[in-house]
Amino acid sequence: MADIRPSASIEAVESGLAAQGYIASRQIATAVYLAQQIEKPILVEGPAGVGKTELAKAIAAWRGMKMIRLQCYEGLDEAKALYEWKYAKQLLYTQILKDKLGEVLGGAPTLEAALNQLHDFGDVFFSKEFVEPRPLLQALEQPAGCVLLIDEIDKSDAEFESLLLEILSDFQVTIPELGTVVAVAPPTVILTSNSERDLGDALKRRCLHLHIGFPEQKLEERIVESRVPGISQTLRKQMVSFIHEVRTLDLKKLPSVSETIDWARVLVLLQAPELGHEMVKDTLNVLLKYEADIEATMPQVSTFIAKASRQNVFG
Amino acid sequence: MRENLHRFFRAARGAGVRLSPAESIDAMRAVSKVGFTDRTILRDTFLLTLAKTQDEKKALGDCFDLFFDQPEPQSPPEDGKPNERDADASNSASDSPGETSGDDEQTEGLGQLAQMLLAQDRNQLSAAIANAASAASLSDIRYFTQRGIFSGRILDQMGIQRLRDDLDNLAATNPALAERLTNALDGLRGTVRDTVSQALMLYGREEAENLRNEILRNAPLSRIEPRQVEKMRHLIRQIARRLRERYSKPRKRQRRGHLDVRRTIRRNAAWGGVPFLTAWKRRHRDKPKIVALCDVSGSVARVSDFFLLLIHSLHEVVDDVRSFAFSGHLIEVSDILESKSPEEAMAEIMSKVGFGSSDYGSSLADFEDKWMSAITPQTTVIVLGDARSNNLDPRADILRRIAERSKRLVWLNPEGRMAWGWGDSKMPRYSTFCTVVRQCATAKQLERAVSDIVASYQ
Repeated sequence: MADIRPSASIEAVESGLAAQGYIASRQIATAVYLAQQIEKPILVEGPAGVGKTELAKAIAAWRGMKMIRLQCYEGLDEAKALYEWKYAKQLLYTQILKDKLGEVLGGAPTLEAALNQLHDFGDVFFSKEFVEPRPLLQALEQPAGCVLLIDEIDKSDAEFESLLLEILSDFQVTIPELGTVVAVAPPTVILTSNSERDLGDALKRRCLHLHIGFPEQKLEERIVESRVPGISQTLRKQMVSFIHEVRTLDLKKLPSVSETIDWARVLVLLQAPELGHEMVKDTLNVLLKYEADIEATMPQVSTFIAKASRQNVFG
Repeated sequence: MRENLHRFFRAARGAGVRLSPAESIDAMRAVSKVGFTDRTILRDTFLLTLAKTQDEKKALGDCFDLFFDQPEPQSPPEDGKPNERDADASNSASDSPGETSGDDEQTEGLGQLAQMLLAQDRNQLSAAIANAASAASLSDIRYFTQRGIFSGRILDQMGIQRLRDDLDNLAATNPALAERLTNALDGLRGTVRDTVSQALMLYGREEAENLRNEILRNAPLSRIEPRQVEKMRHLIRQIARRLRERYSKPRKRQRRGHLDVRRTIRRNAAWGGVPFLTAWKRRHRDKPKIVALCDVSGSVARVSDFFLLLIHSLHEVVDDVRSFAFSGHLIEVSDILESKSPEEAMAEIMSKVGFGSSDYGSSLADFEDKWMSAITPQTTVIVLGDARSNNLDPRADILRRIAERSKRLVWLNPEGRMAWGWGDSKMPRYSTFCTVVRQCATAKQLERAVSDIVASYQ
């Protein structure tokens, strides 16, 4: 059993993240706490724009660690993610070696003696100096630990997933020519996914699985409060409840938290005292990204505004 | 508590959450960090470590609520105590009144269970039930038919025998008390029955599901009852998942030893053509291309329904599926199946072509007129139907041309082999042009047929 009260430390995580402007739900805080305690990566899934990437940034800022980000895309391979040999340098090295060869082997009378002498020099060619560390290897080499963000893992190929397995379960990588590189301090690993494709079971098994959905109304209000400090309480309540109404519609892309924040900024910038019919219609394009979605929402705007202001009165 | 966790993992598996031993170890480690004090944190912890999809999270959440809803069996402080209690209950009660002397004079000389029931001490009673349940290893319950046995065992453990003796004695000496006791006993039976039902829900689900699925897999698809259709769809989806997992491996395989000179030179251009990186020739494996022609006339419609569902759930494995449905004439249904839910899609297909009397000849002619170009030498053509063409011209010549154009022509017939060629069945005429002819009446046969088709591309 942990010597400190777990609920207290989970609250500490919550307030720590809040100090960085990231308002976490209890479940997110529990995930972050557990990831630290049992040293497991977190796999974060959820719709776009609910703050999956922000979570990693907030953790890094809160713990004062460096954040290393690996953006995944189709065709990402180990040369770009893990390590690469510095070929140019290796080439230069062979050139120098050729020049110096006579000098080094000058005293050897026979070919055999010369070869033996050469062997004594050791294998410098595939050594640490010639390795160019890419994000994954960099993350293992940070002496003070770091937050490793592997963003949009679902965009990468299935082969790349298998490449990650070693690093995720044991925090180490094996470079055939050099041997195994073990993490100096185990990094906090966050993987994000938009569920564009199903991830393999092997990868999921190695992670804590956290699903971040659209936040509840209260939580979203707090998020807006922390991100857009200039907004009045009335407007905040109205706009958040308006967005919650919009999310009940059957749209191509539902507005998520990032859209809420953008819209709040826009409303503050336009100095709107409260949610007005014209104002909403003019700024709806901040919230919805498809023409069809905007058309579907337009007729409902008045109803939603009415509902939002009514709720404001009673709630 | 560890015992309880293990039971919870078993229950979770029953609820359809796939748990590997490694995941349960993770969960144990996580739980040892957060402790048991706060139930919401514990719930979150399980959801984070065990469930790996949204569906699983929901199932696990429900399972958690159900599991921790029941009174936890209090573990006895010493090991000897439950035996003692059993001894008390089953043997004579000579020493039990001394141990737990009731306030009521009348309860003197009664068994412990009787005293407990009369005292109406709910906590004590539920603890006793829980202890008896674990002594009767209630968590081993698998099938609903075992409910009676387990209820009986639990009641035995609690000392129902002794209680009956008491009742007999009391009936003579103190009828009022006997009546009270009888009522209490009925209540107890009810509680035990509920406990057993709950345990069945928690632990029996997996086995019961397996048994039901096994029966369903071997049931003829065409005669399936309407209430089982939903279950069957679920089963078909499971089959699709299994096939996907088996066949969606990477399709590129390196051919070691064959250097791809062009790509090697291009890749090493940066280092003056010194070949640091070598590129090897690869062999591409084709993804299956499938053209499916499904008879949706009365007798075969159900089978076609499930077949189309299966084929269209194989996105990762099958590159390109074009589906056609026919009875009197033939239409393409790929778009309907892609854009709608299985139920709606099938309803729409049925309203367009379904339930007519089948005419294989004109349907094949429709196909040749409009869609013959869909067939390439990589295509597998699957025809699903009973080949009963109501004595109309079978147009087997079109089928021959289809067979010549395609990689393989597979005919799946829901009827048994015995019936082929009888009555208006034109199966023997058609089967000469087919690469494979199979009977396909149950989910199991359907799985094997589709699996073979996909495997021929590996």
